[in-house]
Amino acid sequence: MRDDVLPERQIPGNCKAGGPERMAEELDLPGQDSEEGGEEVVLTPAELIERLEQAWLNEKFAPELLESKSEIVECVMEQLDHMEENLRRAKKGDLKVSIHRMEMERIRYVLSSYLRCRLMKIEKFFPHVLEKEKTRPEGEPPSLSPEEFAFAREYMANTETYLRNVALKHMPPNLQKVALLQAVPKPDLDSYVFLRVKERQENILVEPESDEQRDYVIDLEEGSQHLIRYKTIAPLVASGAVQLI
Amino acid sequence: MFCEKAMELVRELHRAPEGQLPAFNEDGLRQVLEEMKALYEQNQSDVNEVKSGGRNDLIPTIKFRHCSLLRNRRCSVAYLYDRLLRIRALRWEYGSVLPNALRFHMSAEEVRCLKDYGEFEVDDGISVLLKKNSQHFLPRWKCEQLIRQGVLEHVWS
Repeated sequence: MRDDVLPERQIPGNCKAGGPERMAEELDLPGQDSEEGGEEVVLTPAELIERLEQAWLNEKFAPELLESKSEIVECVMEQLDHMEENLRRAKKGDLKVSIHRMEMERIRYVLSSYLRCRLMKIEKFFPHVLEKEKTRPEGEPPSLSPEEFAFAREYMANTETYLRNVALKHMPPNLQKVALLQAVPKPDLDSYVFLRVKERQENILVEPESDEQRDYVIDLEEGSQHLIRYKTIAPLVASGAVQLI
Repeated sequence: MFCEKAMELVRELHRAPEGQLPAFNEDGLRQVLEEMKALYEQNQSDVNEVKSGGRNDLIPTIKFRHCSLLRNRRCSVAYLYDRLLRIRALRWEYGSVLPNALRFHMSAEEVRCLKDYGEFEVDDGISVLLKKNSQHFLPRWKCEQLIRQGVLEHVWS
C-alpha cells in the first residue's frame, strides 16, 4: 500500500516537490517539477516514512530523550502538504482520494505522536535535558530542535518562578535556592528495552548488574532480538545499528 | 514536633489517587513557612550566642533546627512540584480548557504557570494536529478532544 501511495521516484535529500507524482498521474492531474537542490542523502518518500516510524518507535521505547530528527519532521510535513494539495484538486468521490486521506491521517498521527513523546520527556527531565545541551561537545548533534530548546528553557523558567513566588521567597535567605538539577529525577538508563539488530555488532561489553557478576562481551547478530539494559546499547540506537521495539 | 505540618501536606497528596488534584492547601503552606521563619530566627540568635558568648552547648540544637528547616523546605517544594506534575498530566489529558471544578482547586500562581506553559504547547505540539481546522467532515476520534474542549461542535445534520 505504502509504495502505491508514494512513488518510487528518487528525490533529493531536501525533499522538494517530487513526491506524489505517480499519485498525480493516477488522479489525472499535472505533475510537479522537482527542484534539484541535492544534498548527499537521497530518500524516496516511502523510505522517509519508514525513517519517521523508526525514529518514532525508538523515541517511544528509549528512557531518555534521543537526538532531534528535525530534517525528517520537516520533510514529512512537506510531503503531507503536497499530498493535501493534490487531493484537493482531485475529483470528489473518487475512492482513491479517501484511501490517500487515510494514509495521510496515519502519517500525521505518527508524526504528532513522535513530537508528543519528545515533549513529555523534555517536561519530565527538563533540568537534565538543558544541562546536556549546555555541555554538549562540538561535533555531537543536538538532542533538541530550536523550538524544543526554547520550550525547555521557558518551562524551566516558569517552574523556577512559580516555586520562588509561592514558597522560596518567603523562606529564610540561606534556603532560597533549590538545585533543580539534583532535585528532579534523572532518566533511568538502566531500564530494560527490547531491540532488533539491524547491523551486526561484535564485542559489546555488558556491565554486571551485581557485584558477584563480571563484565562479559556479546555479539549481536543481524536480525536477532534482545532484551537488554538501555545503557549498554545507547550508542547503537543513536547510530541506527539497532531498532527498539 | 517540628515539620508536622509539612508532613501533613505531603501525606495529603500521597493519599490523593493519581489524576486527582485536591484543593490548594494555602493555609498549610503558610504554617510551614511561619514555622521555618521561627526556627530560623531562633537559630540566628543562638548562633550569635555561640559566637559572642562561647555557648558551644547550643550547637546540637542549632544543627537540629537546621535539619528541620531543610526538611520543611524539601516537603513544601515536593508538595508544590507534585501538584505541578498532576496539573501537567491533567493538561495533557484535557487540552487547554480545564474543567472549572479543577480551576477552583488551583492557586493563582498555578494558573499563571499553566497559562504560560499553554501558550507554548499550542505553538509546538498542537500545530500539527490542527492543520485542517476548517474541514467539516473529520473522523470521530480526532474531534473528540476538541469537542471536549468546546472548540468544535458535533453537527447532526
